[in-house]
Amino acid sequence: MAKTHVKMTVNGQEVEGLAESRTLLIHFLRENLNITGPHIGCETTHCGACTVDIDGKSVKSCTVFVGQAEGANITTVEGLVNADGTLGVIQEMFREHHGLQCGFCTPGMITRAHRLLQENPNPTEEDVRFGISGNLCRCTGYQNIVKAILASADLLNAQKEAAE
Amino acid sequence: MIPAGFEYHRPADIASALSILKEHGDEARVLAGGHSLIPMMKLRMAEPAHLVDLQSIGELKHIEVGGDSVTIGAMVTQNELIIHEGLKAALPIIREASLQIADPQVRYVGTVGGNVANGDPGNDMPGLMQCLGAIYELEGPSGNRAVDARDFYEAAYFTAREDEEILTRIRIPLPSAGTGYAYEKQKRKIGDYATAAAAVLVGGGRASVAMTNLADTPIWSEEAGTALAAGDTDGCIAAMLEAIDPVADNRGPVDFKKHVAGVVLRRAIDRAIERAG
Repeated sequence: MAKTHVKMTVNGQEVEGLAESRTLLIHFLRENLNITGPHIGCETTHCGACTVDIDGKSVKSCTVFVGQAEGANITTVEGLVNADGTLGVIQEMFREHHGLQCGFCTPGMITRAHRLLQENPNPTEEDVRFGISGNLCRCTGYQNIVKAILASADLLNAQKEAAE
Repeated sequence: MIPAGFEYHRPADIASALSILKEHGDEARVLAGGHSLIPMMKLRMAEPAHLVDLQSIGELKHIEVGGDSVTIGAMVTQNELIIHEGLKAALPIIREASLQIADPQVRYVGTVGGNVANGDPGNDMPGLMQCLGAIYELEGPSGNRAVDARDFYEAAYFTAREDEEILTRIRIPLPSAGTGYAYEKQKRKIGDYATAAAAVLVGGGRASVAMTNLADTPIWSEEAGTALAAGDTDGCIAAMLEAIDPVADNRGPVDFKKHVAGVVLRRAIDRAIERAG
C-alpha cells in the first residue's frame, strides 16, 4: 500500500516520516519515531494509556489516523520533563505520592493530568476524578493518582506565585 | 486492530469535500472526530476506500448564538459545546448533556455533527436535538436542504442523509424564557452509552420529551409532551413507555430497560420542572 509523507511537531521537535494512511498515531509515535512513552493498552478508545496532547487537547492516539495529525503540535509524557531533563512537576509528584503501581497507565495519566491542570489550575478532588475518568488504572491505584495530581496543582501554583 | 487501507483526503472547503464524495459515491465516508468511525474501521465493520476529513473546513466550527436561535457547525466538538459561555447561557441543556457523553478525551475530539449524523441509537445528541426541535442543514451536489431532527432517523445507522451529502449545521430554536430543562442519563460506567437517557423541556404550558437508546432510533413522543404540558407527569411517562421499543442486550433485559426508562424520565421531569421559572 502506498505510503504518504507526514510531518508534525512532537515534544518541540519537527518530525516527519512515511506511513500508510491507515496507520494509527500511536503506532506512528512508537514504531516510526521510537517514542514509546504513550502505551497501547486496549486499543479500543477505552483505557487512555495512549493519551497524548494534540494542539492543547488530550486525545487517545489509538483513535487518530496519522494523517489527521499532519501539521499538529503533539506532546507525549517524554515532553513533560524539565528543560534540564529532570522529572517535571507532575512526574515528580507521581513518584513522590506513589501514583503508580505497575506503571502501565502512568504516561496517559500524566499527560491527561497536564492538560487538566492547564485548564483548571485549582481542581477539587471531584474535578480530578471526573477529569481523569477517561484513563483506567487496572491496579486500581486511583487514590494515589488523585493525590499526586492534587499535589501537582499545589506545587505548580506555588511555583507560579514565586515567579511573579 | 489495523483497519483496511484507504485513501485520506483533507479538503479545505465544503465544495471540495462534496466533489470528493460525488466522485467516490458510497466508497467514501466523511470523517469528523472519528471516534465512532475509526473503532468501526478497526473492527473492519466499516471499510471505506476514501476518508474525507472535515477538520480543515473552518466554517463548520462556529457556534452562533442569535436572538431566537442557535446555529452550531457540524465540526464543533463536545468539549467546545461545554466551554462556550454564550451557548451555556442560551441552551444550558446542551452543556448538561455533553458532559455525560463518553469521557474527557473523547469529548475533545467527538463532534456534534458526527454524533447526530452517524445514526447510532446510543448517541445522546439525536434525542436531545429531537427534544429541542432542531433542524439539520445538509449540503449536497444538488444544493442545500433542511431536515427536521424528528424526521431524520429511519433505523439504526440509517438516516435521511444521502451518501453524497454532508450535514453541515444544526439550527436550534431557543425555548421561550423560563423553560425548564434537564438531560438525565443512566449508564453502567463513564464512557458507556446510555441504558436509558431522557431530554426534557417544560414550561409556559409547553413541553417536549425525547429518549435515547430505547429503540433503533431516538424516540420523541408528541403524546408524552402533551401530557407533560398539561402537568400530567405520570401520563407523560406512560405515553413514553408505550412509545419506546427496547431490546435485550448486555445493558439488560427489556423489562429492566423499561424500568430504568421510567426512573430516568421521572428524574428529568422533576429537575426540569424545578428549573422552570
